[in-house]
Amino acid sequence: MIDALIVFLPLAGAILAGLFGRALGDRGAQAVTCGALVVAAALSVVVFIDVALGGNARTTELFTWFDAGSFELSWALRVDTLTAVMFCVVTIVSAVVHVYSIGYMAEDKSIPRFMAYLSLFTFFMLMLVSADNLVQMFFGWEGVGLASYLLIGFWYDRPSANAAAIKAFLVNRVGDVGYALGIAGIFLLFGSVEFDQIFGAAADYQDTVLTVFGIEWHALTVICLLLFIGAMGKSAQLGLHTWLPDAMEGPTPVSALIHAATMVTAGVFLVCRMSPVFEYAPDALTVVTYVGAATAFFAATVGLTQTDIKRVIAYSTCSQLGYMFFAAGVSAYGAAMFHLMTHAFFKALLFLGAGAVIHAMHHEQDMFKMGGLYKKIPLTYGLMWIGSLALVGFGIPGLGVGLAGFYSKDIVLEAAYAAQSAAGGFAFWLGIAAALMTAFYSFRLLFLTFHGQTRADQHTFDHAHEAPRVMIWPLYLLAAGAIGAGAIFYGFFVGDGRETFWNGAIFALSDIIEEAHHVPFWVKALPMAVTLVGIALAWAMYVWRPDLPAAGARLFRPLYLFSLRKWYFDELYDAVFVRPAWYLGEGLWKAGDGALIDGVGPNGVAAVTRSLARRASRLQSGYVYHYAFAMLIGVVALVTWYIVTAGG
Amino acid sequence: MGGWPLLSLVTFLPLLGAGFILFIRGEPDIVARNARYVALWTSLITFALSLFVWFGFERGTAEFQFVEKVEWLPEFNIGYHMGVDGISMPFVLLSTLLTPLCVLASWDAVKTRVKEYMIAFLVLETMMVGMFCALDFIVFYIFFEAVLIPMFLIIGIWGGQRRVYAAFKFFLYTLAGSLLMMLAMLTMYFTAGTADIPTLMAHGFPREMQIWLWLAFFASFAVKVPMWPVHTWLPDAHVEAPTAGSVILAGVLLKMGAYGFLRFSLPMLPEASAFFTPLVFTLSVVAIVYTSLVALAQQDMKKLIAYSSVAHMGFVTVGIFTVNEQGVQGAIFQMLSHGVVSAALFLCVGVVYDRLHTREISRYGGLADNMPSYALVFMIFMLASVGLPGTSGFIGEFLVIVGAFQVDTWVALLTASGMVLGAAYMLWLYRSVIFGALTKKDLLKLPDMTWREKAVFAPLVAAAIFFGIYPLPLLEVMDASVANLVENYQVALARGEPLSLASLWPLK
Repeated sequence: MIDALIVFLPLAGAILAGLFGRALGDRGAQAVTCGALVVAAALSVVVFIDVALGGNARTTELFTWFDAGSFELSWALRVDTLTAVMFCVVTIVSAVVHVYSIGYMAEDKSIPRFMAYLSLFTFFMLMLVSADNLVQMFFGWEGVGLASYLLIGFWYDRPSANAAAIKAFLVNRVGDVGYALGIAGIFLLFGSVEFDQIFGAAADYQDTVLTVFGIEWHALTVICLLLFIGAMGKSAQLGLHTWLPDAMEGPTPVSALIHAATMVTAGVFLVCRMSPVFEYAPDALTVVTYVGAATAFFAATVGLTQTDIKRVIAYSTCSQLGYMFFAAGVSAYGAAMFHLMTHAFFKALLFLGAGAVIHAMHHEQDMFKMGGLYKKIPLTYGLMWIGSLALVGFGIPGLGVGLAGFYSKDIVLEAAYAAQSAAGGFAFWLGIAAALMTAFYSFRLLFLTFHGQTRADQHTFDHAHEAPRVMIWPLYLLAAGAIGAGAIFYGFFVGDGRETFWNGAIFALSDIIEEAHHVPFWVKALPMAVTLVGIALAWAMYVWRPDLPAAGARLFRPLYLFSLRKWYFDELYDAVFVRPAWYLGEGLWKAGDGALIDGVGPNGVAAVTRSLARRASRLQSGYVYHYAFAMLIGVVALVTWYIVTAGG
Repeated sequence: MGGWPLLSLVTFLPLLGAGFILFIRGEPDIVARNARYVALWTSLITFALSLFVWFGFERGTAEFQFVEKVEWLPEFNIGYHMGVDGISMPFVLLSTLLTPLCVLASWDAVKTRVKEYMIAFLVLETMMVGMFCALDFIVFYIFFEAVLIPMFLIIGIWGGQRRVYAAFKFFLYTLAGSLLMMLAMLTMYFTAGTADIPTLMAHGFPREMQIWLWLAFFASFAVKVPMWPVHTWLPDAHVEAPTAGSVILAGVLLKMGAYGFLRFSLPMLPEASAFFTPLVFTLSVVAIVYTSLVALAQQDMKKLIAYSSVAHMGFVTVGIFTVNEQGVQGAIFQMLSHGVVSAALFLCVGVVYDRLHTREISRYGGLADNMPSYALVFMIFMLASVGLPGTSGFIGEFLVIVGAFQVDTWVALLTASGMVLGAAYMLWLYRSVIFGALTKKDLLKLPDMTWREKAVFAPLVAAAIFFGIYPLPLLEVMDASVANLVENYQVALARGEPLSLASLWPLK
């Protein structure tokens, strides 16, 4: 009951605010949606204590959804530790974002619509994480995609926002094709799409072979890879990441909720949820590790040179998602979920802090038009510091004291090292490199925005002001999480209490986390060391010698451009997929349908008939000898035919 | 209502209404008004009657129900034989649901020859319902062909500027196929000595004969579906047809071909169906990819939706020829869903067409500002067309993909690619019409939907969402019939060796 309340309260809020927004008014819509979310968040904490700490995992069945032959499944809410963690993350961040939006969107003309979309998104996300079968998860999966599409394009009169929204939907759809085929494969193999039945039977199929796309595959590997394609789309992994930076066209609270804390982590959640299957597909896990590591590295390199404050954080999100994936790839699912949880807090904090900056600067997002803001908005400044320190994983390795990111990022990197495989090593070293860059771009952001002489125009700078309380106070909650979530939950997620905590919600054949605790000291200390180097570099380039970046960009111009243009992915996709599709469509239409099919088909036949008719009508000339001649031909033909057939 | 010939009532009641309208006399205005009301009430009562069929239908059996059998030409073994099973019954309801909506949608839009227009629609309803109920070849053929006539008139008289071209193209295309079908039916009749469809289903035709019969049927059904490359009549017909004509065309008429595959090709000609499955798969996949790309290039709203129909029907034909329960149920579900969703999309076009009298996409933009209800309704059907989970469009598409994956993974992949391309053109359409800045002057004064328009959309919205979240009522209805179809098909195939080219044309 309480589970259903958590899931359906946001839906009720969305329906009320969306359909009756005009009757409720702006205030009413805000009250309904925020109220629903705050209650849901409180209930989530209750569920977390009951399920995760008390060990009461359960499934509530609602009603039958599909029944087509042996393809049967129900709407059901499965709440185990994995779900309980996600419940808390989603509802808490969502409640914070809801309240924050009251201030941030105060001047917008369609507030009820915005609040309805936010609540609708939360509903779909909760559906996703509480699904007890793959199809229901797909419902939530596509539903959050829809909400994301609606929110990115919230300001629908801007062409750029519309383009970004469509791009997000389509790129996600590409991933979803993989996901849908993965479900089809699961059904073909297991005869069911319900988690309990799949997980129970996964070990029996570890040697099964399946022919897919004309190639004989290890069945579980190909299924897991298909599902992972879906995860790549949703979680913006290398290749299907191009939509995420563009998604920053949406209002900033949206970026915090959907494109940082919750929706984009759905892919990580999927891999963890399906861990009992992925465990029997080691090759698929290797791919997950490589893709995750490559994304972590790639996105960090791009983050180095971006000038838009939101885009820097967006690439940072992309990079951190890569960390989570390679943690899952080396079977350290607990570590992946741990990083997911801490990341939700500090990344939401960073985004909402950036939102406060943008709010202060009258919707200016270019960091090179900021600077010196720390005097003007000290509270935001302090919160951004906390967020950045948590993101770079600041802490003291020997003592094991630090902010949230310190605990989670370190266990991820240690697990990668402890995996002792080629993929694990690849992930570890790229992860270390990404950590260096993370420190650099995070502090570059801080220094450019808050320090030095201001580069804003005088008017904007003079009027820069701290955000209203309704925007700042929710951030304290996130800041508390960014500081303390790591230390408090370390023991449960990846420490000694992990067995009882997870209670079978995730499954690993070998306990990589145990080995991660026994890696050499230098492995534990290295992330912090490179982080300090990164911070120092950022300080040197943006505070000590502000002329260095320009010189660097000149010196390494190709590299700089490569990073600035985001490795040319957009240009490549545009040339390979987008434009050819339009040309092909146009060509097939004009040449295929028009000239070929219609030309040879109906129009051609019609033309031939017409010309035959014209000739035939010429025969009807009225002269008797013409008719006589025709009759003669007919008689000859008949006789000939008779002779040939009779004689032959 | 046990003893009543319910199916005949549902079938011929609209005809009665049409007769009624025929005798309305008086001032043109009054005639038009009365014709509208008579048509509306007739179609509403027909719908109410058809609900008895829905609720009286016994689930869980593959038998034909509500059977009526009257001797007609006993010396030729031809009878008036009606009945529905789980495959045909939902289509009866789809037809009776859409007709009153069409009458409502044409309420103000059609101003000339209202009387004749309403008669045409009621006659059309009789033909559609009769076609889905017929259990005798001859009866079926009469209804199947007679559907063309009112449709031909609706396009040719109340259509757009190139209506005559479109009407003739429509007529010739579909008639050309039908003639071959008639030949096939006559052959089957003379071979089996009966025109009774249930009897013919159990007859078992010789294999070599099946091939030719199958091809003849295919010629007719492929045009009706329409399958690539005989689909080009559809965009023209849609563009020129009045809104309600498009609704019936997309909603019901396109389902006739696929229904034919399910009723004739699979059960009567199983071995030939198995033999030609690769052909159907190829054409369907080409249809999905090709027409989706073509839809991307369209400038005319109706053309875009027409091409999207071809792509969606590609899903249907893939599903039917997977011949497993998921695939076939998915195909039927997709047909019903498409019947609702594409009908609603054409109505959406109609709403703005009635206001601005253009279907050109670039003439619109930013309607979300002054037509919020319209934007919401359009959004729901756009998403249902895209196949978003939670809408009816998803159930069918997804089951087809699951079914196809069991048969051929390539087909499944290419079919699934329609998910991406379909989203591309629909989102683009929606963005161009609804989103963007509202700057064009003539758009500023467009009013939002009227109560009548909302009433037309309400049942469609309810159906699209309800059956997306709770499709069980529909799946239950078709379950036993589909299971029976699939089982008989498998049994028939297991009986003999598979057909191969070598067995057909032995090399000397």
